[in-house]
Amino acid sequence: MEFFIQQVINGLTLGGLYALIALGYTMVYGIIQLINFAHGEFFAAGGYMGVILLSFLAAHGYMETHPWFCLFGALLLTMGYCAMLAMAVEKVAYKPLRYASRLSVLLSALGMSIFLQNGLMLTQGVYDKAYPTEFTHGGLDFGLITFSYMQILIVAVTIALLLGLNALVFRTRIGTAMRATAQDKVMSSLVGINSNRIISTTFAIGAALAAAAGIMIGLYYGSVRYDMGFVPGIKAFAAAVLGGIGNITGAMVGGLIIGMVEIFAAGYLSSEYKDVWAFIILIAVLYFMPTGIMGENVDDTRV
Amino acid sequence: MSTTLGSRKVWLYWAAGMAWFYLLLWPLMGIGADGAVSFADSLAVWGYVAAASAALLALRQLHARGAFAAVTSPLARGLAGAKTGMDKVPPAVWWSLALCIAAALPFGSGRYVQDVAINVLIYICLGLGLNVVIGLCGLLDLGYIAFYGVGAYTYALLSIHYAMPFWMALPVAAALAAVAGCIIGYPTLRMRGDYLAIVTLGFGEIVRLILNNWMALTNGPNGILGIRPPTAWWPSFEGTFGFELIQMKKLTALYFVILGLTVLTTIAVHRLNFSRIGRAWEAIREDETAAELMGVNTFRLKLLAYATGAVFGGLAGAFFAARMRFVSPESFTFIESAMVLAMVVLGGMGSIPGVMLGALALVALPEVFRQFELYRMLAFGGAMTVMMLFRPKGLWPAKRFGARSEEMD
Amino acid sequence: MTGTATPILELRDVVTCYGRIQALKGVSLSVMPGEIVTIIGANGAGKSTTLMTICGITPPQSGAVFYQGQRISGLSPDLLPSRGLCQVPEGRRIFPRLTVRENLEMGAFFRRDKDGVQRDLEHVFSLFPVLRERRRQRGGTLSGGEQQMLAIGRALMGRPRMLLLDEPSLGLAPLIVRHIFSIIERINKQEGVTILLVEQNANLALQLASRAYVMETGRVTMEDDARALLANEAIKKAYLGE
Repeated sequence: MEFFIQQVINGLTLGGLYALIALGYTMVYGIIQLINFAHGEFFAAGGYMGVILLSFLAAHGYMETHPWFCLFGALLLTMGYCAMLAMAVEKVAYKPLRYASRLSVLLSALGMSIFLQNGLMLTQGVYDKAYPTEFTHGGLDFGLITFSYMQILIVAVTIALLLGLNALVFRTRIGTAMRATAQDKVMSSLVGINSNRIISTTFAIGAALAAAAGIMIGLYYGSVRYDMGFVPGIKAFAAAVLGGIGNITGAMVGGLIIGMVEIFAAGYLSSEYKDVWAFIILIAVLYFMPTGIMGENVDDTRV
Repeated sequence: MSTTLGSRKVWLYWAAGMAWFYLLLWPLMGIGADGAVSFADSLAVWGYVAAASAALLALRQLHARGAFAAVTSPLARGLAGAKTGMDKVPPAVWWSLALCIAAALPFGSGRYVQDVAINVLIYICLGLGLNVVIGLCGLLDLGYIAFYGVGAYTYALLSIHYAMPFWMALPVAAALAAVAGCIIGYPTLRMRGDYLAIVTLGFGEIVRLILNNWMALTNGPNGILGIRPPTAWWPSFEGTFGFELIQMKKLTALYFVILGLTVLTTIAVHRLNFSRIGRAWEAIREDETAAELMGVNTFRLKLLAYATGAVFGGLAGAFFAARMRFVSPESFTFIESAMVLAMVVLGGMGSIPGVMLGALALVALPEVFRQFELYRMLAFGGAMTVMMLFRPKGLWPAKRFGARSEEMD
Repeated sequence: MTGTATPILELRDVVTCYGRIQALKGVSLSVMPGEIVTIIGANGAGKSTTLMTICGITPPQSGAVFYQGQRISGLSPDLLPSRGLCQVPEGRRIFPRLTVRENLEMGAFFRRDKDGVQRDLEHVFSLFPVLRERRRQRGGTLSGGEQQMLAIGRALMGRPRMLLLDEPSLGLAPLIVRHIFSIIERINKQEGVTILLVEQNANLALQLASRAYVMETGRVTMEDDARALLANEAIKKAYLGE
């Protein structure tokens, strides 16, 4: 029983992170019907920016004096950095191809993904980079179950970001404009919405969320690697599809489900094949209910 | 400057882009793990990129204003003349010429050249196989390397457990790859476009994970050692005249095996391309709904394309196992899929000479620029995006590819 | 024609292509401030393309569009609503998964004056009381007539000086069409909004408009007072079904 509850906690933590990454896929897909292959790389870049900034702060001793301040500062800077990165990628690799065939855009995205991954490798090295994790030890002990401070932090930040995103998309003028652009680009430009700017903003927001997930994964596992974006990227995509691609709430739910399934499969079945489950869910969902569990419509024009 | 080299706006954009680029570059290169801050490295890289992009931009601007017309227009005329001249020669002549050069290559060249040539030919086979799936039928398959892996492991296992000779294992490898193609294709091919891409990517990863984790069968990440090379009956003149079974360990011999496979693959793909099935594939690629309405059984034909591509991948894989005499899951990662894809895209989707050119470029060029080995994948990724931006039909475009969509723009 | 010298909208020899097909083969027309002008013509005559070209969605290959004396062809379409040029496109194009209220707010996307937007929202609700009842409902769930009202309301939220209307009667019951046309007339008379109306229902359009253009296969073939066209035998035969 304790094991079970512990697994639920772990699953929530991981699932929340997948949800953060999945949001980027789903928002970009919702607005320009593109699977942004480079999205996993934004996540990886977030992980690296986190380790760079935190090591910098640790080396200068700020981590000991103001750990929380440093952590949140690094989080914000990382999110900003990845937002800038995503906007640059969008401008260079996707925007000129907006009216090209889908295969071209997809291949361009794939090229960008390889490019960014190797850019990270060249600048940061092929080996794992360790996070400064001294301050993340410890946790709340409830008898046999432990809720580490790191997990509390991750869950709290994830919830805050998800709520923030929901408020942004469903309560603000920009959010409404994003949804309007996703639904009808011609009409949205007829009412004066600059769709290029909205698309750019969407990329930035998605990448910022992925970056937050990257820095938190780094803190959670203690290290990052240049190719860390690939597998979580696919899992998060599976989460987005599971929730119905284009559907923001769906991506959040899908992320949690994928995280839970992965943790439970690793805990009760076999840890070697834990990465397979996301793929199997992805294929099963696409085969049996391509609209996902939340049912955003998926027809020929969107696939 | 700005007035002579084109509009000021372009250069303003360029400057903004470069500033943006530096902001992205510096944190990655300028902050050390020990907290040291430096600017030299990042500025150096930035300087190269800025100079190169400025030069390209300037050339482009000048070109757009016709500044090179004196050079380019005679050049273009010359090229066009050469092309019409070359078109008069029947393609069979060109193919024979290429084959002769390929056949003569191993004589008088060293091990290194032969090794690279074998690699090029393996990738040509893979590229042609993938070309059936993506170039002819328009299905973006990101897990293609899985079939290469299936072929390689099939021969590896048959060889070490049952000592099956290469030539007998070859059809088995092809058949198993085709079966794998059907198993993967059956649930996925009902999806369209980008979903298919990501699902095939997932399947590719599953195959790799199985190879990595099924210790009893595949020996996991350690791989399988001791695979036999291909054998051949070779005339022997010792004593009485006869044939003796020799193992082809020499690179020259292996080279001819893969050359043979390449020729076979090329002919098969060419015949398929201009067959009834090939036309149906093309119809599916250009407009699946229309093809379906015209009575093309799209699902069955897509499955066929997928399985056909898999067969060529399996053949190449079996040869790869025989040539390396060792297989491990390391050789079948997503990056390999992306490499093969890059060849097809770079060369020109649907074009056989294009794919060959692509394979040659992506395998041989890195050998030439050995000292830049580290930057190889970076350049691949960048080249893929740049190709899509400026020349989406590839270096050697297929003649019939997308004629309809061409008309549209 | 009204007395003002410069037209609010002018097209000079506009050619627009879809791929290789010329949809507009040199269209020239002008609209004076305060007028209701209508373009009538059969399916595929290029009426909707004319409006989309004015708004910059399908930019002209050659020729030019002038609005309030300034050339607007070549501008990005999203810059026009803030200059007071709004369109109610064919098929209404309601944002189906936004609520009625959000749809209306999107009409005022470029505006920063919150109080003004709020007042205009009330104004639209007073023009179309049914929208007030449905303000929390998703746009896609409205009936055709309600959607048309919403589309007009959305355009009014941008405080247009000139409104382009594309087939507001399409697929609606006669009673609702009459209601909508009376609202259009009111917008023009009471608020001074210039209107360019594209209609297949030539009879209705000619009764409402002061002047009209007749389009055939990408060209303007006739231009006259609406009343004169109503009496024109050829027009009667071709478009009025008499």
